[in-house]
This record gives sequence, structure tokens and C-alpha cells, in this order.
Amino acid sequence: MLAGGVAIFAFVLGLLTAALVRRPAREGDPATGIWLWTLGLGLPLATLAALTVYGLVMGERLLPRETPDLVTVEAEARQWAWSFAYSDAPGLVTVDVLHIPAGLPVDVRITSVDVVHSFWVPRLAGKLDAIPGHVNVLRIEAQAPGTYAGQSAEFSGTGYREHTFTVEAHGPAAWNAFLQGAP
Amino acid sequence: MNQTGLHGTALRLHKTLARIWAPDPGWRGWLTTSNNNDIGRLFLCVATAFFVIGGLLAMLIRAQLATPGSAFMGPEAYNQVFTMHGTVMMFLFAIPFFEAMSMLLLPGMLGTRDLAFPRLGAYGLWVYIFGGTAVIIAMLMGLAPDGGWFMYPPLTSAAFSPGLGADVWLLGITSIEVSAIATAVEVVVTVLRYRAAGMSLSRMPIFAWYILVVSVMILTAFPPMILGSLLLEVERALDWPFFQVENGGDPLLWQHLFWLFGHPEVYIIFLPAAGMIATILPVMARTTLLGYGWVVAAAISLAVLSFGLWVHHMFTTGIPHLGLAFFSAASTLVAVPTSVMIFSWIGTLWKGRVRMELPMLWLIGFFATFVIGGLTGVMLAIVPFNWQVHDTHFVVAHLHYVLIGGYVFPMIAAVYFFQPLLTGRSSFFRLGGVAFWLVVPAFHVTFLAVHVAGLLGQRRRTWTYNEGQGWEVLNLVASVASFVMAIGFALVILDIAINTFAGLRGRRNQWNATTLEWAAANPSPNYGFASIPVVRGRYPLLKDPDLALRIAKGEGYLADTSRNRRETLIVATTTGEPSQVVVLPGNSILPFLLAVVTSTSFLAPLFKAYWLSGLALVGVIILALIWVWRLAPARTEGLVDAGHGSQLPIASETADPPGWWGSLFLLLADGVHFGSLLFGYAFLWTVAPNWPPPTYLSPELWPVVLAVGGAVALALAPRLMLRGIERGRVWPMLLMGAIGTLALGAAAASVMLARPDPASHAFDATLWLLAGHVAFHAALTLIMLGYLGLRRIAGHSLRVGEARIVGLWADFTAATSLLALGAAWLPGAFG
Ligand code: HEM
Ligand SMILES: [Cu+2]
Repeated sequence: MLAGGVAIFAFVLGLLTAALVRRPAREGDPATGIWLWTLGLGLPLATLAALTVYGLVMGERLLPRETPDLVTVEAEARQWAWSFAYSDAPGLVTVDVLHIPAGLPVDVRITSVDVVHSFWVPRLAGKLDAIPGHVNVLRIEAQAPGTYAGQSAEFSGTGYREHTFTVEAHGPAAWNAFLQGAP
Repeated sequence: MNQTGLHGTALRLHKTLARIWAPDPGWRGWLTTSNNNDIGRLFLCVATAFFVIGGLLAMLIRAQLATPGSAFMGPEAYNQVFTMHGTVMMFLFAIPFFEAMSMLLLPGMLGTRDLAFPRLGAYGLWVYIFGGTAVIIAMLMGLAPDGGWFMYPPLTSAAFSPGLGADVWLLGITSIEVSAIATAVEVVVTVLRYRAAGMSLSRMPIFAWYILVVSVMILTAFPPMILGSLLLEVERALDWPFFQVENGGDPLLWQHLFWLFGHPEVYIIFLPAAGMIATILPVMARTTLLGYGWVVAAAISLAVLSFGLWVHHMFTTGIPHLGLAFFSAASTLVAVPTSVMIFSWIGTLWKGRVRMELPMLWLIGFFATFVIGGLTGVMLAIVPFNWQVHDTHFVVAHLHYVLIGGYVFPMIAAVYFFQPLLTGRSSFFRLGGVAFWLVVPAFHVTFLAVHVAGLLGQRRRTWTYNEGQGWEVLNLVASVASFVMAIGFALVILDIAINTFAGLRGRRNQWNATTLEWAAANPSPNYGFASIPVVRGRYPLLKDPDLALRIAKGEGYLADTSRNRRETLIVATTTGEPSQVVVLPGNSILPFLLAVVTSTSFLAPLFKAYWLSGLALVGVIILALIWVWRLAPARTEGLVDAGHGSQLPIASETADPPGWWGSLFLLLADGVHFGSLLFGYAFLWTVAPNWPPPTYLSPELWPVVLAVGGAVALALAPRLMLRGIERGRVWPMLLMGAIGTLALGAAAASVMLARPDPASHAFDATLWLLAGHVAFHAALTLIMLGYLGLRRIAGHSLRVGEARIVGLWADFTAATSLLALGAAWLPGAFG
């Protein structure tokens, strides 16, 4: 995408430079066909069509799909903390640390109790807003066990910068232990 | 005035016209003038002052971000500073600045003497000055808003922003939007009606097309925002729960209303700059614009498209997948008309021979910058990418590429280009070139670094960052470069100031431009043209360089000054045939006074002084009545001599006076406002979590009868009155209309009485707004009918035109009242 962008930029600026240094003896030929039909209309239509298809396909891949071994967790945002609850361990709540099993798809049900926040773990998925009164569902999946940094991505007042959390992805044994060890 | 070559008739004409169009002497003249030259200059200076303020705030931001963990500002201060920076730049600088430029240039380009409603222009200026100053004073007192320039509730609701800051934003910005709407109405009517003889739509200068499109966009994009601000302010002040989930509100409603405005806003800012480019660039290339029709079509399609795209600002709010796909595809589509414009401009340069003067230099700066901004914009429209960089500094960089590259650079080009017309002087020092070479490279260094910081994950609106995230160098570079850029901008302003006072007196039309504004003297006098030009093509000065002289000698229309008043020509909208002579108002303190009371009614709620607000509102009504009363002539003139052997009617005696056109477009804005209210109602109903409300409103029969009867009476009365005017019988119709408004008012009151607690649920609050809409418009129409009655009592003969104006408002009131009350009653009617 970046390469394409740079190419278009170079092309346009190249034309511009040529137009600037050109010194036609008399009023040049307008050549409306080339300038407006081909470059004005044709070029962006072709580029955009390709780009949109690519974007939609990519988007499709990120879409949650039905799977049997789906894990569901609740993420509730407030100024300025996140609390997480687990459908596999009722009553268990963790604050600012989200535990998930590695290698399994996880649905995060995101909401907020005060202002608008946004749930964002850059290495796991794009962001999704936490809006009071609404529940947005985000599908994430950590390939390997480990710790992933997460943060809120919607301005929420003075504590916004520090409104962060971490995601702990566990292997199967550790995940079970976590669910069992529920206090 | 350049006197050489002017003698005899021309000089006499100049002297008389200059006297007729002169402002009052002394400082008082600034308060009472309504001439577009004076108002435009003031507007331009004030907007520039706000640019400086916004720029200083930007410097504070960059100073804070220069180093990690900076102790310069804490989050409280930082949040106020970036919110104010965005707000000042968008609302107090960008929009007023192009309005000022169009006020100054439009009459000249169109070949007319002033804008359609000079006093409305003056009023808009003063409301803007008062509102903007109030916002700045509040900031200096530490009461600035701090919720970001898009002010999302619930963060900005009373519960989470208890202070005055959010109210300052809502009330101050709304008053400025009112001013923008006033200006937009004025510009639309000017472009459609006030032109040179023979200037058909297809002969209009390209800038007129652009500014026409932009003004219609203002009229359709600002009302949702005004409604949103009204809802939020009412929620903050009176606890009507539009955005509170527990009581049936929904914070997402704000986001929709805001972006319904916010996305078109971007094009409202870009298109005037594009209009300037399309005007200046061909002159700099010594040729004409390539593909005029294409460019007009591109501007119109950009405007239309921009209203379908608001959701792309909400990709992360959990929009259904299909919606995402649609809005994503539609968003990339705006690149098409933009690309048509860009290639039309490059093609224009290609066919001409470019001269590298200062305006051209800034246009090259535009190309180099804007194309990058457009490309990063397309990248942002791709959903998966958007999910990753949304709300990072990548977005900050993108938006500055578009705003500074696409707006500020072309506007600087425009100021340099039109400097001879505006000040009568041309560039003097080489300072302008130095400033250019400071600003443009420094801009790119700054915001390229900001792009990268965003890609590395630096979030926007965070007041600092920690060491060791790899952002230190980037931010330091961005900050240092931004200070260089700021020095460059300061030099630009200094350069223009020096030129204004000490530049060389330029000759007329120094660029050999081809459009009418360059036929005016240098600087353009208050009356604009000594006589209204006759044009036969799109580029009047191209084949006819002597046109200027003939205009000055009075060989156009309306060169006869014996009526001793400010006159200009109105033409048929499409063909440009001369059709009316309009008498423009003279100097008056009324616009200033009206602005004072309007601003009082807007700002008093800040101090919970609702009584003062109400009192000021009464003042608004009284002053407005005096205003129109003084404008309405008591006697009829019949046809007057317009020159070139044509006898034309005086505009106020025609069936479609400018006031009728103005009302039509004001009602367009009003209708969009009402439509947004219905949209909000439907949105809450279908999306908000705590719906349906505990009970609906079941209508009784009598209010329904009153509503229908009232609406019918109101719609009929003005129509019957048109016939009555000929026979001199208007009282029965006036009475009938008045009864209609009272019936509608009673029906509206019944809704409020039936649901006395608007704070209990968003449904009840919405009912009050719907009923309020009815009551407000019924009262307005009643006042207008009363005004006609007063004129009758004073013995004036009523005009068909004024009856038709009242008819427009009456029709609108009747129709929207039925819709509003119907929407209020329908859910309960079958319950
Ligand atoms: C003079 C050079 C300028 C610099 C160095 C500058 C710098 C910045 C920076 C660093 C931010 C991000 C603050 C943050 O999110 O933490 C910002 C935000 C913003 N700027 Fe500028 N800016 C400049 C000019 C402008 C201009 C000319 C406009 C508009 C015409 C503008 C409109 C905005 C807006 C709308 C925001 C978003 C504010 C918000 O997040 O609520 N800026 N600017
Ligand atoms: Cu947008």
C-alpha cells in the first residue's frame, strides 16, 4: 500500500514538474481526453477498485466466525480501569489484566460504565469502542502464550494516557489452572 | 483610485458614487458600515488573529511533546490546549477566513456592487467577533473546554465535565455557526441573483461555483451540529437525557449528529481553497482553466458524496459489517472528483506557460502537500488499516496535511494574488519567498515525523509519553521543525502587513487576469463598479481589455446616480438577463446592536442567567422588526430606468425579492435542522438501549383537530392574501393566519402539558423539542403576520413579495408542525 502511494505521489509530482518547466511556443493543445477522462477519472477508479476489494478481503478475514471451542470474556471499561470477567469461571473478575487461552479464538464483549473508551491490543486485533449501554464483540486470538500490551484508544479525560491493561495468554495447562484457581 | 486616464464623466461618476457608498466618518463608521469591502477586511483581520491564537496553542502542544515526561503541562492543561487548538482552527479560523475572502472578492467577480444582504453580513461579522472573543476569554480564565474538538458525551455531559468549559464550547461555537449560516444565505443569493448583465450560470467565474456549492453545504451540514449542541446543552443545563443511557438516551446519537456535520466540514474547508486554486492557477499559467464544466461537476459531486460518508469516522463504534463495507467503498470514492480537479489543474499548467511568482510558489506547495494528505486519507478509509491507526498521531498528521496543505497554503496564495485588489499594493520585499522556504520544508519534516510516530503507536491526545518507546527523536524533530514553520508563518503575516502599508502602488490588473474583479480600480472602491458591466463570455477581460475603462465611464447599467442611493442589478438566475434593480441599505448601527443582543441571549445561559437570555431574545425580536420596518419603503415606484434603455422594476416590488430567495435558503437550513431532529428521534427509538419508554403519549381528539385545522388555515391564509392585496382586503386573511398559528401553538402546548417531565426519559425530552419546534415557528409566523398588519395600519400598501415571503414561512410551519406532532402522537395512537 505504501509503495503504491509513493508511486502515485511520484507520478503526480512528475507530471506537475513537467508542466511547470514546459514552455510551449503557443497555447498548447488542451487534450481534455487524456487529462480528464484517463487521468482524472480512469486512474482513481482503477486504483480504488483494487484497493477496496483488498480492504474488504482483509476485513473479512478478521471477522469472527462460528467455532465450537470459543471462549467468551467480558471487558468493562471505566475511568480509568478495565475489569474482565470470564464466562468459564463465573464470579472471577480481574482488573487491568485480561487472561485468555493461547491458540483459541476469544470473543471479548466490550462495554463501558461511564464515558466512551476503546479496547485496543495492537498485536491481537484492531480497536473497538466501549460505549455505555452497548456491547461490542471483538474476536481476538493469541497465537502463542505470552504478555500483550493493551490500551484504551478513545480520549476519556485526564487519566486517558495511563488507561492501559495487559493481556496474558496462557497455554492449556496454565489456562485451566487460572480458571480453577478462581478465588 | 488610479486616476490616470480617468477624466470628465468617469471622475464625476466616481466622486458621486464614492459619496453615496461612503461609510460614516470616524471610528463610528466601523460599527455602522455594511459594505462588503469594510466587513470583509475586518473579517479577514479577525480570522487571522484567531489563526495566530490557534498557532500559539499548537506551539504549546509541540513544546510539551518535544521531550518525554515533560513537566511543562499536566493532563488538565494539555487537554484544554489541544481542544482549544482544534476548535479555534476549525471554527474560528478556517471557516471565517474563506467567508471573509469571498465577501471581499465575490461582488467584483460577479460584476455587482455589494453582496445581497449587506446588513446580514455585518451582523454575521459581529456575532462571530463576540462569540469568538467569549471563547478566548473563557480560555484565558482557565474555563476552556477539554473534551476534544468533537466533544463526545458522556465525557462532556454534566456528570463528567461539571465545569463551564463544555458550555462555553457549545454556546460559543453555536453562535458562530449561526453567523456562518447568515453568511451562507447571503452568498447563495448573491451568486444566484446579483451578477453582471449577461453573466449566465455557465459564464460565472469558477470561484462563484465553488462558493455556491460550499454555501449550500453549510446550510445543510451545520444544522445537525447545531441540533447536537442544542441537545447536549439542554441535557447539561436541564437534565433532559438525550445521551444518558439509563433514561433512554444514547451517546452514539451525538457521534452521528457531529459527523453528519464534521465530514462535510472538511470539504467545506477544502472547496473554497480549491476555488481559489482554480482561479489563480490559470492566470499564473497565462491561460484558461482546462475543463471548466468538469471542475464544476467535480465540485458538486464532491459535495453530494461528502454527505454520505460521516460513518467513516465511526468505524470503531461497532457498526455492522455491511455498513462498514458500504461506507468504506463510498469513502474512497471521494478521491475521484478530487483527482479530476487535480488533473484539470495540472493540465492547465501543461497547456499554459507558467510564471514563478509568489502565488504560484504557494500553489506548488499545495500540490506537494495535498497529494500526500489525500493518499493517507485513502489509506485511512480502508477498514483494517483504520482499526490500527485510528486515534494515533498518524491521523493527526493526515489531517494537518489536508488542512494546512489543502487550505492554508492555497489561501496564502490567494492573499498574495489578490493583494493588489484588497490593498492597492503589490509585494515589496523578498520576505515572502523566504517565508515560503521556511514554512513548506519545515511543515513536511514536522508532519512526516508525526506520521511515523503514529505508525509506531503514539496515541493522539496523550499529554506525554515515556522514554524508551522509540518516539523521542521523532517528537523532538517534529517540535523543532514546527517552530521553524511557525516563524515562517509569522514572516508571511509580517510580509503582508508591510506590503499593505508600504508596498508599491500597483497598476490595474497586474497579472493580466481575465475575470471582472480586475476591471475594478486598485484597490477596489466601496461601490465596486461605476456601472454594472455587460459581459458576453466567461472571460470578459480576455478579448476586451478596455472593458474597465468603459465601466468607469458609465457605459454599463445603473450609471445614473440621480436617485442618489445604493443600487445594483439583479439578473435572471440562469440566463443573466437584467431583471430587477435592488436598492441596498445604507449605514446603520442595527446589525451591531442585533449582534449584541443575539450574543447576550447565547452567552447568558453560561451564568445560568436564563431571564437575561429571554430578555435578550425579546430584544432580538424587537430589533429585527425595526430592521425590516426601516427597509420597507412606504410608497411604490413602479419601473425605473436602469440604463441601456431598459426599464426594470424595483426588487421589493417584484414577486421574488431577494428576501424571498433568502428565506428559501434559510428554510433549507431550518428544514435540515428539523430533519435531524426526526432522525435523532428515529435513531433513539431503534438503537438506544432503554426503549421503548414506560408509556407513549396517547393523543386526545381536540389537539389533533386543532393541529390539522391550524395547519390548513396557515397554509391557506397567505395564498388568499395574495389575491386580497389587489383588492386591498387583507385583514380577514391576516386574522385567519393568526388563528392558525394559535391553534398550532395550542396543539404543541397540549403535548407539553400531557408530558410535564421532559427529564424523565429521552422520549419525553424529544416530545418537548418537537412541540418546541412547532411553538417556535408558530410564534415566528405570528410575528410576521403581525408585522404585515402593522404595515397596513401605518397605511402602507402591502407588497406581493412580502406576502409571498410570509407564505413561505407559513407553509414551512404548517408542514413541519404536522410532521412533528404526527411523530409525537403516532406511537401512542395505536397503543
Ligand atoms: C501551525 C502549525 C500546526 C501545528 C504544529 C499543529 C499541531 C497539532 C498537534 C500536535 C495536534 C495533536 C494534539 C494531540 O492530539 O495530542 C493537533 C491537533 C489538531 N489540529 Fe493542529 N497544528 C497546526 C495547525 C493546524 C491548523 C491550521 C488546523 C486547522 C485548520 C489544525 C487543526 C487541528 C485539529 C482539528 C486537531 C485535533 C484536535 C483534537 O484532537 O481535538 N491544526 N495539531
Ligand atoms: Cu471524514
